Amino acid sequence: MPDTAPAEAVATASPTAEPVLSVRNLSVSFPGRRGVLKALDDISFDLAPGEILGMVGESGAGKSMTGLAVQRLLEPPGHISGGEVHLLGARIDQLPESQMERLRGKQIGAIFQDPLTSLNPLFTVGHQIAETIRVHLGASRREAMDQARDLLRRVGIPSPDERVNHYPHQFSGGMRQRVVIALALAAQPRLIIADEPTTALDVSIQAQIMSLLRRLCDETGVAMLLVTHDMGVIAQTADRIAVMYAGRLIELAPVQEVLRQPRHPYTRGLIGAIPALRKRVPRLTQIDGSMPRLDAIPPGCAFNPRCPDAGPRCRVDRPELTATPTGIVACWMNAGGVT
Amino acid sequence: MLAFLIKRIGSAILVMLAVAFLAFLIFAVAGDPVEMMVNEQATQADRDALRERLGLDQPFLVQYFTFVINAAQGEFGISYQTQRDVMSLIASRLPATLELVFIASMLSLIVGIPLGVITAIHRGKWFSEGLQFLSIFGVSLPSFVIAILLILVFSVWLGWAPGFGRGETVALGWWTTGLLTPSGRNAIILPAIALALYEITLVMRIVRAEMLEVLRSDFVKFARARGVPRRIIHYRHALRNCLMPVATLTAMNFGTLIAFALVTETVFQWPGMGLLFIQAVLNLDFPIMAAYLVIISAIFVTLNTLVDIIYAVIDPRLRQEKV
Ligand SMILES: Nc1ncnc2c1ncn2[C@@H]1O[C@H](COP(=O)(O)OP(=O)(O)OP(=O)(O)O)[C@@H](O)[C@H]1O
Ligand SMILES: [Mg+2]
Repeated sequence: MPDTAPAEAVATASPTAEPVLSVRNLSVSFPGRRGVLKALDDISFDLAPGEILGMVGESGAGKSMTGLAVQRLLEPPGHISGGEVHLLGARIDQLPESQMERLRGKQIGAIFQDPLTSLNPLFTVGHQIAETIRVHLGASRREAMDQARDLLRRVGIPSPDERVNHYPHQFSGGMRQRVVIALALAAQPRLIIADEPTTALDVSIQAQIMSLLRRLCDETGVAMLLVTHDMGVIAQTADRIAVMYAGRLIELAPVQEVLRQPRHPYTRGLIGAIPALRKRVPRLTQIDGSMPRLDAIPPGCAFNPRCPDAGPRCRVDRPELTATPTGIVACWMNAGGVT
Repeated sequence: MLAFLIKRIGSAILVMLAVAFLAFLIFAVAGDPVEMMVNEQATQADRDALRERLGLDQPFLVQYFTFVINAAQGEFGISYQTQRDVMSLIASRLPATLELVFIASMLSLIVGIPLGVITAIHRGKWFSEGLQFLSIFGVSLPSFVIAILLILVFSVWLGWAPGFGRGETVALGWWTTGLLTPSGRNAIILPAIALALYEITLVMRIVRAEMLEVLRSDFVKFARARGVPRRIIHYRHALRNCLMPVATLTAMNFGTLIAFALVTETVFQWPGMGLLFIQAVLNLDFPIMAAYLVIISAIFVTLNTLVDIIYAVIDPRLRQEKV
């Protein structure tokens, strides 16, 4: 079992359905003056229809980078330097920009962190939603506006007939994020990449937005990559958790399994950091130290200097992702021991 | 808001009072106007009578006060040289200058905005960097050199457009316009280009800088993420967000252009206020000089104050957005 190839080990939540998104051995590099920085190193995961995959990790772990790479919105000189991305069975990591432009918004919706800056302040929200609809679905101006009203209603904005003609600054933060969600849904995409959709919002509103997203995924079957560094959000909303560390995927498993029995010592530390769940993991509540910079990743397991369980092997050999009964983990403890 | 209005208008009035004082000093420096106006045979009684009529027997401050009151009503006395009312002289020259400055402003927008957008979008490409480099000339070449070069090339060598005068004009009430006759339109081309060149480079640089800024913003990234075509992102989303500073610049610089027009008008013998002023300087026609100074400053100060007030009106919304 420890020697299972990573690609096969990446199980989807429901193995029967064809995955919406399939990422295989994805790497992203930034060539720089002092050599090439690998912002993503060999990431693999699948997303099934209607599934929410929560992606967690410290700041700089590569969560946003993963979403941007899938959307092909990496800022040059950053680029995909290895691996493949498949959307609905078709490979998209090599598509020319003109074809990629047609997929964005149409097949892949996006939700950004800050709803305040995501919307153009000079156009009404109706205009921006209708614009997305018209670009992708070729509807007339009137039809697009009608659909915009429907969308606003669906994401829970009161009196959408009036609101459709309002400017972004006339909405509260939570309402604005609902507008952004409406924009993400406008062309009925199959995948949504949500990068910290609630981080900029009040705590009381965060839960509302998350349950809205959960409901939309269940209703429409859209799959979602939910990036956040809030384990609490993921515990409540996601189906599976992907844990990132220094540009690498280190654990991926169903939420309940990870919460019950985190396998990677880093994941254990992360869960210990959620106040409500602390009782369950009394041993480890805080991870000492900080994540290494991308140009200073230690040999072996990137986490070894901070790991309470590290052994000699962890400092020399890099652990591959290997299967557990419920998911995958990159840790020598799951692959024959740390010595 | 009211406090701001009072403060801003108050400071505008203070500036105008200071300008009026400078203009008033011109007369003091100029020497005794009575000596300039009377002829050799005038008796002392004649001179005293004239002095009294002109109010020159009054104390200095009273004279200044009278000057301000008159100026505020558009009365700047009589031209020494032509014996005509200064205000109506200037009014007859005003349309020529305003038309020239207006066309130059339009040119700077029509040419400057696309250049700014293109150099921003294609940053790093050779033609973009080339334009950026050329624009340094636009900023640093003195405008009379540009004017002379334009006349030399397009008027003298190629004979495409006149390099002299304003062409035929049509009167619309007290306003005379050259824009309605072919010769008038031809005549304004070269001076307008000469005057606009500096402003074109300014607009181009501002649009470029703003575009680069806006293109980095989240809503542009988000527009890309929802598949809006690049062309629409650049020309609708991004450019729209750059126009506010450009409008401000254009309004603010309208006054500056009127002042710069002095040089252009002189080189092109354009019959505007600037040329009138230069001729007044050569003829020591002090009332015209004083009036020109006050009127130009008034236009300048009014525009700046208006722009400031408009900004203050818009600002609460912007501030509200940033909360
Ligand atoms: N232009 C760049 N050149 C080099 N490295 C970069 C560049 N942009 C980002 N990176 C690196 O890529 C890594 C991943 O960044 P990413 O934005 O994905 O982090 P994240 O997990 O989303 O963190 P956060 O929680 O702060 O959003 C970071 O370590 C960052 O330093
Ligand atoms: Mg991020």
